[in-house]
Order: sequence, then C-alpha cells, then structure tokens
Amino acid sequence: MSGPQSYSRNVVSSLAMLKREQKLQTMNRIGKKFTELKQRGETALIPFITAGDPDLDITLEIMKALAEAGADCIELGIPFSDPTADGPTIQRSSERALKRPVSLPAIFRLVKRFRASFDVPVVLFGYYNPFFRLGLEKFAREAAHAGADGVLCVDLPPEESAELKHWTDAFGLDLIFLLSPTSDAKRIQQVARASRGFIYYVSVTGVTGARRSFDDQLRAQVARVRRESSLPIGVGFGISTPEQAAWIAGFADAAVVGSALVERIEKTQDRKKKAKQAGAFVAQLKRALRQAARLA
Amino acid sequence: MPALAELEAAYAKARRDPSFRKEFKSYLREYVGRETPLYFAERLTRQIGGAKIYLKREDLCHTGAHKINNTIGQILLARRMGKQRIIAETGAGQHGVATATVAARFGLTCEIFMGKEDIRRQALNVFRMKLLGAKVRAVEAGSQTLKDAMNEALRDWVTNVRSTYYLIGSVAGPHPYPMMVRDFQSVIGAEARRQILKKEGRLPDYLVACVGGGSNSMGLFYPFVRDRGVKMLGVEAAGHGIPTGKHSASIQGGAVGILHGSKSYVLQNDRGQITETHSIAAGLDYPGVGPELSYLRDSGRVEFASATDRDAIAAIKLLAEVEGIIPALESAHAIAAVAKVARRLTSRQVVIVNLSGRGDKDMMTVGEYLGVKL
Repeated sequence: MSGPQSYSRNVVSSLAMLKREQKLQTMNRIGKKFTELKQRGETALIPFITAGDPDLDITLEIMKALAEAGADCIELGIPFSDPTADGPTIQRSSERALKRPVSLPAIFRLVKRFRASFDVPVVLFGYYNPFFRLGLEKFAREAAHAGADGVLCVDLPPEESAELKHWTDAFGLDLIFLLSPTSDAKRIQQVARASRGFIYYVSVTGVTGARRSFDDQLRAQVARVRRESSLPIGVGFGISTPEQAAWIAGFADAAVVGSALVERIEKTQDRKKKAKQAGAFVAQLKRALRQAARLA
Repeated sequence: MPALAELEAAYAKARRDPSFRKEFKSYLREYVGRETPLYFAERLTRQIGGAKIYLKREDLCHTGAHKINNTIGQILLARRMGKQRIIAETGAGQHGVATATVAARFGLTCEIFMGKEDIRRQALNVFRMKLLGAKVRAVEAGSQTLKDAMNEALRDWVTNVRSTYYLIGSVAGPHPYPMMVRDFQSVIGAEARRQILKKEGRLPDYLVACVGGGSNSMGLFYPFVRDRGVKMLGVEAAGHGIPTGKHSASIQGGAVGILHGSKSYVLQNDRGQITETHSIAAGLDYPGVGPELSYLRDSGRVEFASATDRDAIAAIKLLAEVEGIIPALESAHAIAAVAKVARRLTSRQVVIVNLSGRGDKDMMTVGEYLGVKL
C-alpha cells in the first residue's frame, strides 16, 4: 500500500518520471491481473455479489468460492437503501443485506479476511452516500488497508468526483467510472482521463439485470471507447449466460456478471450451499471465457 | 448523465428564448388560471392577533395546487425536445395529477410512479390520474413512498432515455432540476411581491411555506431572496415529533448527504442508509430537500420550523372554520407555523403564507385521523 502522495507541478520532470515508474512497479492487483490475462489472450471474469446477502460470513464463503472457481476480480456490492441503478434482483439482494445493520467497517473486515488467503482483486461497488457519510479519507484509507483494490461509485459522475478521487489516488485505489451507449465522444474522453484500473462499459441503457439479448452495436461501441483509452474495458449489465460471456470476450477485456449470479445465490435455499452454487456458476462462465480465448 | 446534459442544454436555450417565456406565461394565464389572488385573511389575522396574514392562493390553480406551474413549464420543454413519453414520480398525487393533466393537454403518453403505500393513502388522486389517461405504476420497493417512486422513475428514465422525458416535481434530484423547477415555481413569489406592494405599499416581514422537497417554498422565497428585510420561514413536517424519529424534517433532523443526484440535507442513519420518513401529508414525506434550500439555511437566509401531524390537523380545522378555506395537509403545516409567527409580530407587520394546495384530496386521511368514518 502506498501512502498519500501529492505531485507538485514544480518537481523536476525526471523526478516525476521516476515516480511514475515506481507507480508502475507498484501497480495494484487490478492492473497486474489485466496484464497477466492479456499475455494469455484471456478475458477477465468479474462476478458481482452483494456484501451481507444473506450475511457477511456467507459472503466470505461465496468470495472464496468465486476466487477458487477462477474469478479474476470480485465486485463487492455495498448495499444501499436506494439503489437507483439496479434492477429488481440486486434491489432485493440489497434489501436482504440491509435487514442487518451492515456497515462499511464490517465490510472492510470481510475484505481483510478474504485477503488473508486470496490475491484476487476486489472492487467496492456502491452508491456515494454511505462512502460520504463515513468520510472519504477514512473510506479510502480503510478500504485500501483492508486490501480492496478499486472503487466504483455508480451515482458519482466524473465531474463531481474530485474529492473521492483525491483520496482513492492517495491510497492507491483505482477509481472506476461507467460509460454507456448514450455517452458521447466528449464523455468518453472525460471518463478515459478520469478512470484507473479499467473502464466499465454499461452494455445497455438501463439498470442492472439479466437480459436475453444484446444490441449488435455493442462491439462497435466498445471499439469506440478503445480508441480513447489504453485501459482495459469491462462490459457489464445484463450478461447472464456462458454464451453471452464468450461473445463479450470477442471484443472486451472483462465480462461482469452480477444479477444472474445474485439470482442463483438467492434461489439456493440452503445457506450452506450458496457458496458452492455460486462457485459452480462462475466456473462455468470461466470455462466459456477460456474456451473463447483458445478459439481466438 | 448524457440525458441530464441534453436537458440542461435544452433548458438553457429555452430560458433565454422570449417565445418560450411567452408561451409559458400564456398557459399559466389561460390554462392554470393565474394570477392567483393574494388574499388578506382578515378573520384568521384577528383570531391569531398580531401581524396581518395574507394567503397566496395556489390552491386555486387548476388541479388544486402549485404543482401545475412546474408541469406546464417542463411539458413545454419536453415538447421542444421532441420527447413523446412523460414519466413522473408522485407522493401525495398532486404532482402526478398535474403531470397527467398537462400530458393530456398536449397529447403525450404519461406514466406516473407512485409508492404502493401512497396509492392507498391517495386513492382519489390515483383515480384522477387514470381518468386523465395516465398509467399509474405501483412501486413496491423500500418504504413504498415518494423516494421509492423517484428511484423507480429514475430507473425507467435511464432505460428509456431516448424517448422519455422525466418530469420531476420538486426542487430536488440532479441538476438542472432544482434550478429549473425553482424558476418555473418562482411565478408564485414574483406575483406575491407585486401584489403585496400594491396592497400594502411595502414588502412583507415574513414569508412562510411548508417544505417537503421544497418546490412551493422556493417558488415563494426566490424572488425575495435579495430583499434583506424579508424573513423567510420553511416549515418541515415533524410527523409524530422530531425526537420520535417518525418525521420528514430533513433539514432539522437530517445530515448532509447525497440522494437522487444532489448534495443536501438527507434523513439517514449513521451508516449513510436513507431512513424512512413519516408525515400525515404524503407530499412532505420525502427524506431529502432541495439543495438550494439547504444552502439558504446554511447561509442563514431561511429559518426553519416544524409542525406535527396534530398541528397540521388543527390548522386545517382553524382555516376551514375562520376563513372557509380547507387547505391541503401539506399547506396546513405552514398555517400551523404562521399562527406562532404572526402572534410574535405587531399589527403593522405583514406575513405571506403560501397556501400551496387545497384539501379536497385529504378528506379521507383527515377523517381517519379524527376518527370519522366517511
């Protein structure tokens, strides 16, 4: 973990270059993972689950099962009372988690427990108010110390993100932003500049949730983003089957699977089997991505 | 975000366009029935004893509340933007009715999101919306009230953003809504300012308005913000009492937070989760408040007070009995507070209260509260 760093414009450029190099060497787990996968020509699989659904102990078991099944990064949803970007599946998941007073410090402890035995990157995916309420400095510091690698704040557009970004940068966390089919060229450039780690491309206009089919335009839209940024591009919202994930693998660097996984966890009645079921589904998705890589 | 940028650009253009302003004014006059009277409540003044009380009669607007000032403005904008489908959230149903009304008037498709709990409380307004040709979509998530309706409307908007215009009813939500709704509602304060100068030859000492999201209060206050001698009082819903936790007083009982795309006072717990609200007035039952009102409170320009459910019911009875006017439960909160404010002032001083809506929609609720079967 790197401590707070502030780059002064007055520093001689060689020093700045040196620091940049150090930065590369201290590239966090997300960057390393994408570099590693790129060498193998493989698309990353990023499963999403909600922290605390149905409770934090089971969430830890699920995270471990995902990691063992080949997840390349885990998006850990921070439950929020008003999840405006989420469809019914993740709304219900959030509601289940919030039946107990699940707090950010408790979620950080969860990440720390996971980190004790796994190296898989973790991105905290949530809404701004709980982060803001905890205090942005404290949030970033404790998230980084727990072993989280990135932050995605769905209701925080780049133009309002300076304060959070200051702290995520200071503690070496990647702040990830969303792009969508309605984003214009200016927006794409802005997000490309602001993002760290990867860019999250929302595959459809709308909220999270499994979908049967995708717009043929998706491939071209992702290519459009690629022209503006060298960062890996993850595609999410709506991916629910191994076939869809494999198709996404043809043009994106990561496939994010949320609602379909959360639904499986929800439908597995036996609490002890939730992790196993989640792992089995992710293994299936991962197989499809590996196969797609071999075919390519 | 791109949708907000598109809206912001469209509004910036319309705002400067004299033909837009002319069109807006014309509909306010011919369709809404403006200007509304600034009525001297003589018997109420005498009963309370103190300052002269004027009522800004927004209850006399078409559809029965100030909400339509804003929906006229936004529907004209939606038409300019070429949107065919209008969606809106509603709590008490007044904004839903006002939206369904203008959608019918301009022949646009309309869907209103409303919490299931509010649908139960406001059956009459639900029927009105349906009669006006709107589809009412019940929201079963969360507390099933206004904030949940807004969540669902936002979800619908991002899904159907190309065809759909989201017509927000309060000075809340993401920019440019708080500014735009304030501008459209400012007709209230602009008229009141002109009217009081004519009637009293001076500006008022106090303005009083109820605050849920804050549209009627911003509408009354905004044209007076620079008049330093005019004090302003926002009245929040204390529900069962602020100390009980069952209230909707975001400014007096909340903390700074981010909800629905704006930073403002928000009712939340120490973990940053938005908490459920309570008010007998469905239109005040929202855990946030307009960001500009929060700013005006922090700068000391606007003072805040609160009224409980019981105070509001008492105020309805008072106004009905002494003036023959039945106010909406929301507006009754302002009436309850004015009774306290006016008493402290002298008979040479003047108070304007925004009577933001009429009480017809609330008769079932009031009856229930008073134990009267209707």
